[in-house]
Amino acid sequence: MTETAPILEVLDLRTHFFTQDGVTRAVDGVSFSLAPGETLGIVGESGCGKSVTALSILRLLPPKLSRIVGGRVVFEGTDLLTLHEPAMREIRGNRIAMIFQEPMTSLNPVLTIGEQIAEAVRIHQGASRKEALARAVEMLKLVRIPDAERRVGDYPHQFSGGMRQRVMIAMALSCNPKLLLADEPTTALDVTVQKQILRLMLELKERIGSAVILITHDLGVIAETAKRVVVMYAGRVVEQAEVTALFDAPLHPYTRGLMASIPRLKHNRTRRLAEIPGIVPDLRTPIPGCAFAPRCPLATDRCREAAPSLDDHGGGHFAACWEAGRA
Amino acid sequence: MIAYIIRRLLATIPVMLLVAVIVFLLVHLAPGDPASVIAGDNATSDQIAAIRATLGLDRPLWEQFAIWIWRVLQGDLGQSLFWNRGVAELILQRAEPTVSLAITTLIFAVSIAIGLGVLAAWKAGSGIDRSVMGLAVAGFSVPVFVVGYLLVYLFAIELRWLPVQGYRPIAQGFWPWLERLILPSVALGLAYLALIARITRTTMLEILSEDYIRTAQAKGVATRPMLFRHALKNAAVPIVTVVGIGVALLISGVVITETVFNIPGIGRLVVDAITRRDYPIIQGVMLVFSAIYVLVNLAVDLSYTLFDPRVRY
Repeated sequence: MTETAPILEVLDLRTHFFTQDGVTRAVDGVSFSLAPGETLGIVGESGCGKSVTALSILRLLPPKLSRIVGGRVVFEGTDLLTLHEPAMREIRGNRIAMIFQEPMTSLNPVLTIGEQIAEAVRIHQGASRKEALARAVEMLKLVRIPDAERRVGDYPHQFSGGMRQRVMIAMALSCNPKLLLADEPTTALDVTVQKQILRLMLELKERIGSAVILITHDLGVIAETAKRVVVMYAGRVVEQAEVTALFDAPLHPYTRGLMASIPRLKHNRTRRLAEIPGIVPDLRTPIPGCAFAPRCPLATDRCREAAPSLDDHGGGHFAACWEAGRA
Repeated sequence: MIAYIIRRLLATIPVMLLVAVIVFLLVHLAPGDPASVIAGDNATSDQIAAIRATLGLDRPLWEQFAIWIWRVLQGDLGQSLFWNRGVAELILQRAEPTVSLAITTLIFAVSIAIGLGVLAAWKAGSGIDRSVMGLAVAGFSVPVFVVGYLLVYLFAIELRWLPVQGYRPIAQGFWPWLERLILPSVALGLAYLALIARITRTTMLEILSEDYIRTAQAKGVATRPMLFRHALKNAAVPIVTVVGIGVALLISGVVITETVFNIPGIGRLVVDAITRRDYPIIQGVMLVFSAIYVLVNLAVDLSYTLFDPRVRY
């Protein structure tokens, strides 16, 4: 592994939601780092804290409901959690951009596509209206929207879901960000379009030289795209490894469960698709031991009493499990 | 678009006819008799009957209605029973003060209401939000004449900043015209302002939690353009709708406001007509007000296309 300074280092991040029923520990001590240009995958079931992690990096969570109660988010040497709002705004959309899951609702219905792409360019690069619009056309061509000169004046409702996600990508990459946060960018799209969008995003990311955090619940997407993978469960990192190491020898029973639930054509059709029994735990009550213990086939009394730490099991393969590697 | 406008205008015909029937019946079935008002206190019943006959009031009600509506359809609102003048002419003479008051009230109420509504939504749950909404409730519940007299007492009598009452045509200068409209506009506009501020807050609150607002924030958009460029434009349709519906508040309030501030407008014309049972004026003014209301709301519907590209007629 070459030792370059990481572009992003998330250290012991804790984001809590404050609701009437109590405090939800949505992100509870998450750490990972990312080298420039690297693609990191974050996987886990819904509600495991993937999206909240991404939104915490950009500090986009609703301030009335949530608070980042601890940790550091060091981006290019600065802890983003210490920045004032105006300084943070200069980073958003400029050095760090984000693509959201829902292309149908993530674009403003009353502004043209061109205005929406041009806006970031105008804010961050001081471009004139005309220059910014020219850049918008250029970006639309880059994401392969046909007839870009004309379509730049169209509104979101005149585009399909896949096209809108292309627009979102164009918008996110318009200022050549150093880091792109992609939160389930293809989940809401048709299967046939998913691959195109994913490939387009990764191709442009190479061209611009951005690092990417790809959040998904789809291990197949991770296998194709990411270099390293973080597996999250109940607001914590349970396993972290190079993608090949993870797929060859998953250490955490949760990761194994996720992999077993991917349908494979090679397998005997009559065999039942594996599932992980039980549901994601309620994060409002503190969990003393391992959060996965109630659903884990290997759980022992120790698992229920004390939380395992994220330990290196050799070659940068980390897992938080007392029984790591046991079959 | 043109076809839509024509269809909407045609659709207003039955509405206006219904309004005409109701107004006519209300006016004629209410107790009181213009003939006895004209004849004076010492008139004999024969004299009154003679006057009734010349005014055509002795004919059956349906016949009187038929005559009136036939003329209205030809564009003739009839003659006043007291002044020797046409109803249309009287309304036009009194139009300037009322139109002036309506415009200044509209500008005052809408500009302040939208600002307050946006502020309250942005600071939802805060002290600012609670005071704005408290003010809105108060503005809606206190009657126009109470507010009017309070304003007059404070700003005209005690502080002597503004005139107590009256009206000057705009032809006599902008400031003399405006200074006499400030207090009436505030008194009349308060309920309207409260209504618009509330709907602005509610709509904005909903829109501020939309995904595209988060997208804007992720782009680095600052608070002010986020509120006004990204959110308010999306809130425009419900706000403009309430502005249109609220014109009814203005119309009913104009009558009281003109009386409190002694403004010689259409409101005063109709109040005087009601006390004297001047049927043609009451009917004419009601019809004109209804037509204005219908047309304003048509304009509101058409304005949707300016705010929302998804709306097409």
